[in-house]
Amino acid sequence: MTAYIVRRLFATLPVMAVVALFVFFLLRFAPGDPAAIIAGDDATAESIAAVRVKLGLDRPVVEQFGVWLWDLMRGDMGVSIFSNLPVTRLIAQRVEPTLALSLSTLLVAVALAIPIGVVAAWKARKLVDRVVMGFAVLGFAMPVFVLAYVLIYFFAVQWQLLPVQGYRPIGEGFWPFVECLILPSVALGVTYMALIARITRASMLEVLQQDYIRTANAKGLATDRVLLLHALKNAAVPIVTVIGIGIALLISGVVITETVFNIPGLGRLTVDAVLKRDYPIVQGLILVFAAAKVLVNLIIDISYAFLDPRIRY
Amino acid sequence: MAASATSLADDLAPPSRRFSLLTAIRRNPTIAFGGILLLLLVFMAVFAPLIATHDPLRITPVNRLRPPSERWWFGTDQFGRDVFSRTVYGARVSLIVGLSVAAFSSLLGLALGLACGYFRRVDAVVMRVMDGLMAIPSILLAIALITLTRPGLGIVIVAIVIPEVPRIVRVVRAVVLSIRAQPYIESAIAGGTRNLKLLLRHVLPNTLAPLIVQSTYVCASAMLIEAGLSFLGAGVPPEVPSWGNIIAQGRTFFQIAPWTILIPGAFLAVTVLAVNLLGDGLRDRLDPRLARRL
Repeated sequence: MTAYIVRRLFATLPVMAVVALFVFFLLRFAPGDPAAIIAGDDATAESIAAVRVKLGLDRPVVEQFGVWLWDLMRGDMGVSIFSNLPVTRLIAQRVEPTLALSLSTLLVAVALAIPIGVVAAWKARKLVDRVVMGFAVLGFAMPVFVLAYVLIYFFAVQWQLLPVQGYRPIGEGFWPFVECLILPSVALGVTYMALIARITRASMLEVLQQDYIRTANAKGLATDRVLLLHALKNAAVPIVTVIGIGIALLISGVVITETVFNIPGLGRLTVDAVLKRDYPIVQGLILVFAAAKVLVNLIIDISYAFLDPRIRY
Repeated sequence: MAASATSLADDLAPPSRRFSLLTAIRRNPTIAFGGILLLLLVFMAVFAPLIATHDPLRITPVNRLRPPSERWWFGTDQFGRDVFSRTVYGARVSLIVGLSVAAFSSLLGLALGLACGYFRRVDAVVMRVMDGLMAIPSILLAIALITLTRPGLGIVIVAIVIPEVPRIVRVVRAVVLSIRAQPYIESAIAGGTRNLKLLLRHVLPNTLAPLIVQSTYVCASAMLIEAGLSFLGAGVPPEVPSWGNIIAQGRTFFQIAPWTILIPGAFLAVTVLAVNLLGDGLRDRLDPRLARRL
C-alpha cells in the first residue's frame, strides 16, 4: 500500500512538470509582444522595457527557465506586476473563501446527488427516475452564472431569504458564514450534482442486475439494506471517480461563482489579475489550481484500495 | 464497434420505403428535438439582421432600462439598447465559437489520437502533455492565453481549443488501441499495407462515430466557456453583443432590470441543451457501448 502511494505520488510529477512548462512557455511564445500587452495600451517604450525586466524576459530563455524553476521549487512564484507583492502571499490571503466555497459545494453536491441517483436507479424507468434524469440533462446545460442570477432573483431579491452576495469568514459566526454560502454552493453545485447523480444511477443499475442482489431480495432483506449495503458499496468506484473528474468543473465554476457573488477568493483574484493583465498572478493561480486537482485525483486513486478490496497493487 | 458500424451501414442504406419524417422523429426523439432546436437557432443567427427589430449597438439613453413591452420585446439595457436584437445577434457568437472549437479540436484531436494510438513513441510524449493540459481547469487555461493577447474572437476560439483537444485525443486513442489489437489489422500489416493507408482505410473510419459524439459535447462545453469568459470580461471584446457580454453588462442593474440577464441566459441554456441532446441522441445511436455506460 505504502509503495503504491509513493508510486502514485511520483506519477504526479510529470503532470505538474507539464503544467509548469506550459505556463512558462506560454508567456515566451504567446503571439505578439506579451510585455507590450501587459504594459497596457498607453504604454511608453520605457514602461514596456520595465515590464520585460520584471518578467525576466530580457535574459536568455535558458537562464530565465533556470531562475524561474529554482524560485518555484522554493515556493517563490514571483511578484505581481501591479502591486509588487509576492504572488505566493497574494494567493495565500485568498485561499480561505475559495476553500470554504469548494468544500460546501462538494458537500451539498455529494450529499444530494448520491441519494437521488440511488432512488433513480431503484425506481428505474418510473416517473421519479425520468424527472431526475430530466433535471440532470438540464443541469448539464445550465451555465453557472445564469443559474446564480436566477437563484439570487428569487431567494435574495424577491423573497429576501438570503443575502444577495458577499462572504463572511467563519470567525464571524457560523450562521452568517453558512448563510452567505448557500446560494453560491447551490449554483456552483448543480452541474456537478447532475454529473454525480447520473453516474450513481448508471453504476447502481449495473450492480442491481447482479445475482447476489436478487438473492438478497429473495431472502427478505429490507430494501434499504440491499440498496445501501449491498448495492451502493459495490457501485462506489465509478461514483468516486466521477467526483474526482468533477473537481475540474468545480474549479472552473469557482472563478465565475465568486465573481457573481462577490466572494473575495482565488476566483476573484484570477479575474482581477486578468483584467489588469497581471500574468505572474495568473501563472501562480494555474499552478495552484492544477496542483489541487492533481492532489484530489491522487486521494481518489488511493481511496479505490479502501472502497474495493479486490483492487490490489 | 462492429455493432455501431452495422447500424451506421443501415442508416446509410437506401430506405426500402419512402422516408417519413414522422417515423424518424419517433425513432430518435432526442436527436430530432435537439436538431430542430439547433436549426432554429442557426436560422436566427444567420438571419439576425432580418429578425432583429432594432440596431443591436444603437445607444438611446432616453429609453434605458425599459421592461419588456410591445416595442422592446425583451426590454432595454442601461444604455437603451434593445435586448431582443442583441440576443438575436448574440446567437452568432455562440454558434461560431461552438462550431469552430468543435471542428478545430476534432481535427487536431483526431490527428494526435491516431498518432498516439498507433505509434508507441509519439504516445509516450503526447499523452504526458495531454495529462498536463487536462490538469489545468479549462477556463483558467483560456484565461492565461487571453491575458497575454489582444481580445478577439479568434483568440477566444484558440484559447478554448487547447483545453478541449485532450478530451478528443483520449477518445480517439482508446478506439485506435482497441482496433489495433484486431486480427484484421494484423493481417493487413502482414500483407504489407503501408502505415498511412492502414490508418486512413482501416483505423480512421472506426473512430468517426465516437469522434462525432464527443465533438458535440465539446461544442456545448465551448459555448459555456465562451459565455463564461465574456462574462468575466476576458472573452470577445465588450462591444460585441455576445450572450456572455450582455449578461456581464447587465450585472450592475440586475435587481431593477433582471431581463438583461435572465433572457440571454435562457437562450444560452437552451442552445447548450439542444447541442447536448443532439449529442446524447447520436451517442445512443452511434456508440451503444458508451451509451450503456452512462
